Amino acid sequence: MKRFGDFVAVDGIDVEVRSGEAFGFLGPNGAGKSSTMRMVGCISPPSGGELRILGMDPVADGPAIRARLGVCPQLDNLDPELTVRENLTVYARYFGIARRAARERADELLDFVQLSERADSKVEPLSGGMKRRLTIARALVNDPEIVLLDEPTTGLDPQARHLVWERLFRLKQQGVTLVLTTHYMDEAEQLCDRLVVMDGGRIVAEGSPRALIERHSTREVVELRFAAESQEPFADKLDGLGERVEVLPDRVLLYVPDGDAAVAEVSALGLNPANVLVRRSGLEDVFLHLTGRTLVD
Amino acid sequence: MLTLVLPRLVDVSAVSRRSASVVERNVAALKSVYWLLLLSGFVEPLLYLLSIGVGVGALVGDLPLPDGRLVSYAEFVAPAMLASSAMTGALAETTFNFFGKMKYMKLYDGMIATPVRPFEIALGELGWAMLRGSAYSAAFLAVMVALHLTTVARALTALPAAVLVGFAFGALGMAVSTFMRSWQDFDLMGSAQFTLFLFSGTFVPAQAYPTLLHWLVEVTPLYRSVHLIRGVTLGVGGWAWLLDVLYLVAMMAVGLLVASRRMGRLLYP
Repeated sequence: MKRFGDFVAVDGIDVEVRSGEAFGFLGPNGAGKSSTMRMVGCISPPSGGELRILGMDPVADGPAIRARLGVCPQLDNLDPELTVRENLTVYARYFGIARRAARERADELLDFVQLSERADSKVEPLSGGMKRRLTIARALVNDPEIVLLDEPTTGLDPQARHLVWERLFRLKQQGVTLVLTTHYMDEAEQLCDRLVVMDGGRIVAEGSPRALIERHSTREVVELRFAAESQEPFADKLDGLGERVEVLPDRVLLYVPDGDAAVAEVSALGLNPANVLVRRSGLEDVFLHLTGRTLVD
Repeated sequence: MLTLVLPRLVDVSAVSRRSASVVERNVAALKSVYWLLLLSGFVEPLLYLLSIGVGVGALVGDLPLPDGRLVSYAEFVAPAMLASSAMTGALAETTFNFFGKMKYMKLYDGMIATPVRPFEIALGELGWAMLRGSAYSAAFLAVMVALHLTTVARALTALPAAVLVGFAFGALGMAVSTFMRSWQDFDLMGSAQFTLFLFSGTFVPAQAYPTLLHWLVEVTPLYRSVHLIRGVTLGVGGWAWLLDVLYLVAMMAVGLLVASRRMGRLLYP
């Protein structure tokens, strides 16, 4: 649990992350994901409850725990006065890694995140994707057992995101425990073995991506777009079709087990949507169902 | 206070190693522009010494010391310039640079995700500031010896005294910086620093002031620093220096404690 004055950022969450697992915290902005990550990273003491990391107490054993963690924060806080390589070697020294070993590790990691060519460049001219990769490399400098990633690909272009995902997947294969926050559903589906959906500082759902979709959504979703001002009257006629009908300003969503069968039923009702799309249900549907469509900031 | 500090000092080797890694970071960040800045910190007190100590000194003539000895005005002013340059050098590092690193570069946000703790960051930054401050002091003392304003032996004793002055002001500056909200607040600090520079028995013996002001001046940190260093470079005997040393050590301890506590609060919300 985490309180800031009267504001409760994290209101009692109960999770257990197993070693070697990739665990995700999903939720809209302000759900309490980053506060949770800061507590797990031992840089923000919990206001209540019990927290154990690697079997230790984050308040009493902060340095010992942090020595075995890698942290990739939401906002890059690379050292702007150092070069790309120095950012890694100097950071390694904070962990007490010998100079020589630090240099070797830095070269290895620059290779891993494909930044070897920029090794002697300053940080400032790097693109957002490069900075992110450097931050991830920095988080790995101490060969951590757990890597904490707070929105690792927010603000990156598709190429950069895929590169980051691929690298994170390789880490997972090496047996590193990944704990990440994200509000990209595809990211969670790609990387996480298990995840929780947070909203307003609480957990609203928990499970593997597949299990969450099965539990909170249907197998398929039919998107119908009617050529009319309002979709509302059509939705009334569709009522009772599938498990759930959701009306958006520009389309109607039908949550159904079988999309094609539902489309046939729609035609049988004599409705002629201008556009029909049948797709598999995804985490995004679960997420929006659980946390709502209203924008909360 | 001792019970607060002691548990943290138990693991002395880890603390010193981690503080040293903070110093190392600063060495790595050292760039050519910075050397010019370092040069200015040395040249400034030298200019004061030459213009006022030697220039104005020619008009003022000799000054009597409390023990009755007569010294030249340059001999009187030089140790004060040394003390204030030790102050300025340490403050430059632990106020402007420290504040920028903490608030704008977010440098310490990255550091605290490692085993390094706020107290160790404070210690490391102070240690770094003192490397810079000591270089100024050593260079200035060399000039004093060359100008026959003190002896080599006294200069060698004055160096650790100047380093202590730097440590004390550096720690104080760091503590004050943790309360700063923006760069504007530093204007106030600059004014305070200049006031100390003018009135700490630097250019005029404090005895020349009205009694009340005299007492006020005697409790200010730069006065204690000037008093300490002047005593050494002019070879004044007695135990008066002990009070100055205790004063500065206490100032350093309090400054360091306040700085690391405030940093803890700012960095671990």
